[in-house]
Amino acid sequence: MSKITLKKLSHSYLDKQNFDSDWALRDVNIDCQDGGAYALLGPSGCGKTTLLNIVSGLLNPTKGKVFFDDKDVTSQTPVERNIAQIFQFPVIYDTMTVYENLAFPLKNRGMTDGEIDSRVKEIAEMLELTKTLNNRASGLTADGKQKISLGRGLVRSNVNVIMFDEPLTVIDPHLKWILRSKLKELHQEINRTMIYVTHDQTEALTFANQVVVMHEGQIVQTGTPVELFEKPKHTFVGHFIGSPGMNILPCQIQNGIPAIDGVKISIGTEIKKKSSFAKTEIGIRPEFVSFSEDGIPVKILKVSNTGRHKIIDTECKSGKIKILSHSSKEIPSGSAFLSFDKKYTYAYGDSWIIE
Amino acid sequence: MNKTINQKAWFFVIPVFILVAFNAVVPLMTVVNYSFQETFANNVFTWEGTRWFKQILRSERFHAALGRQFLFTGVILAIQIPLGIAIALTMPKKGIGVSFCLILMSMPLLIPWNVVGAMWNIFALPEIGFLGHLLNDMGFNYNFTQQIGDAWFTTILMDVWHWTSLVVLLSYAGLRSIQPAYYQAAEIDGASRWAVFRYIELPKMKKVLTIAILLRFMDSFMIYTEPFVLTGGGPGNATAFLSIDLVKMALGQFDLGPAAAMSLIYFFIVLLVCWVFYNLMMRNESQT
Repeated sequence: MSKITLKKLSHSYLDKQNFDSDWALRDVNIDCQDGGAYALLGPSGCGKTTLLNIVSGLLNPTKGKVFFDDKDVTSQTPVERNIAQIFQFPVIYDTMTVYENLAFPLKNRGMTDGEIDSRVKEIAEMLELTKTLNNRASGLTADGKQKISLGRGLVRSNVNVIMFDEPLTVIDPHLKWILRSKLKELHQEINRTMIYVTHDQTEALTFANQVVVMHEGQIVQTGTPVELFEKPKHTFVGHFIGSPGMNILPCQIQNGIPAIDGVKISIGTEIKKKSSFAKTEIGIRPEFVSFSEDGIPVKILKVSNTGRHKIIDTECKSGKIKILSHSSKEIPSGSAFLSFDKKYTYAYGDSWIIE
Repeated sequence: MNKTINQKAWFFVIPVFILVAFNAVVPLMTVVNYSFQETFANNVFTWEGTRWFKQILRSERFHAALGRQFLFTGVILAIQIPLGIAIALTMPKKGIGVSFCLILMSMPLLIPWNVVGAMWNIFALPEIGFLGHLLNDMGFNYNFTQQIGDAWFTTILMDVWHWTSLVVLLSYAGLRSIQPAYYQAAEIDGASRWAVFRYIELPKMKKVLTIAILLRFMDSFMIYTEPFVLTGGGPGNATAFLSIDLVKMALGQFDLGPAAAMSLIYFFIVLLVCWVFYNLMMRNESQT
């Protein structure tokens, strides 16, 4: 168990880096508290697996350092770092039985047969693998195999951190829920630092206490699920988290007051800086938009009812606005006016929040 | 579901049927025909029943040729399979070296078989050949045209040179298809290099190795051209493998009946060994 600190981490798979896009990771700083459950969330290709492999020691970062409990481990191998990692698809040793698979990491570290036996049985019990212990591992279903991978990660009792690289990708949807709650349960049981990489917001938000959102090799926001939802620090977080995502509309700022289509918008924070941005935008989640007497004039394009709520597509001069309202509410047709909940309306300059 | 009945579909099968008939069924049946009869000149045939089969199966000459054949195939498999895997493991995984190695490895496979035989014949000649001359200069009394051991050594060396590449290419393809996550997981599990080979690479290569062993078994068991050009089956009958012996009997002595019987026995041995081996290898697959 230990605290993990990443300092000014940058990584590139190329020998020479001329552009920002040549970097898979750019200037990443993270502090993971001991025993915390963290999720790295982001679309494919945003650098989350790269980051994970740097923490585990499978990759050496081009720049920056990795610390475990304030000890620099940047040049250590995965074995020296004593970590566990579970991969996207199940990695099992085909020719071994389930028991031998689980015992493998312990055997390689020279533990005695007695210790191995008690440890393997304990983990098998935890993962409900006891009945299949003597079966050949290759005969199991995908979720059974992934449980073995998971078991090999958990079987060592002293690992510093357990990392998951999209571990539920190949698992059937109904089993995903079961395995996910199993993971959450395990985290509470063994209380070890866990880092979970995923592109699925539901997975990230349900698993982790702290979610790290990544975009194009950078960390755009770190926070609790609620913080990410209520106050996205970057328009990408707004888009990526929530369904449907945040409405982002171009706006003009005059004397510190933003306006869309000439209609002034009051926001929760004041724009103090007279800084010049290449582009300025207003972000508002569909949950916090409502119809009113006056405000932004829009045309209503489409209403879709999901059962629990309605999603209304509208369009103003500057762009489209989605609204999420309770399904029992009456929706005006044709044209209407919209107002935004001041508390959850944010202004963004060059995609970053202005505060 | 109801099947649509359309007898016209048979027309599409006819070309394949004719092709297979002429290149496999008809020649095979001709051989079967010969194997039960005695022929004389002027196309006179007399029925002999199983006489030729009994004769071949009891013949010491056939036993000796079969023994030599199994020994040769066993030796080249024992060398080529491990050597091929070892070379595949050391080949580069990316960069310009990959194409270079692949081309280098493919070269021996592209050379016509009789050219390989001729090349090695000249290469190994004790007086003028590079290998032969070198070995004699080093103090070995080497002469593959006269000494049995030397003839075997040269034939095996030639086959290893010619065919190890096939095993290398198949193994390399098998190795390249292993997902990097397996190696990463093994690294995290603290596996040794040997354990990685034993528990990841070898099981993942099982299918391509089965193919490699089958191909090498069949090809080496039916080898003809290269030893025929290199040693002509000699000295004496020392390197007269089954097919060389068969051709001697059929064309040299014109014993068509016994030669036909021998062909069929030969054919069934190849078929049987392949069938047993394949089923052994795939037995575990079906259980999983």
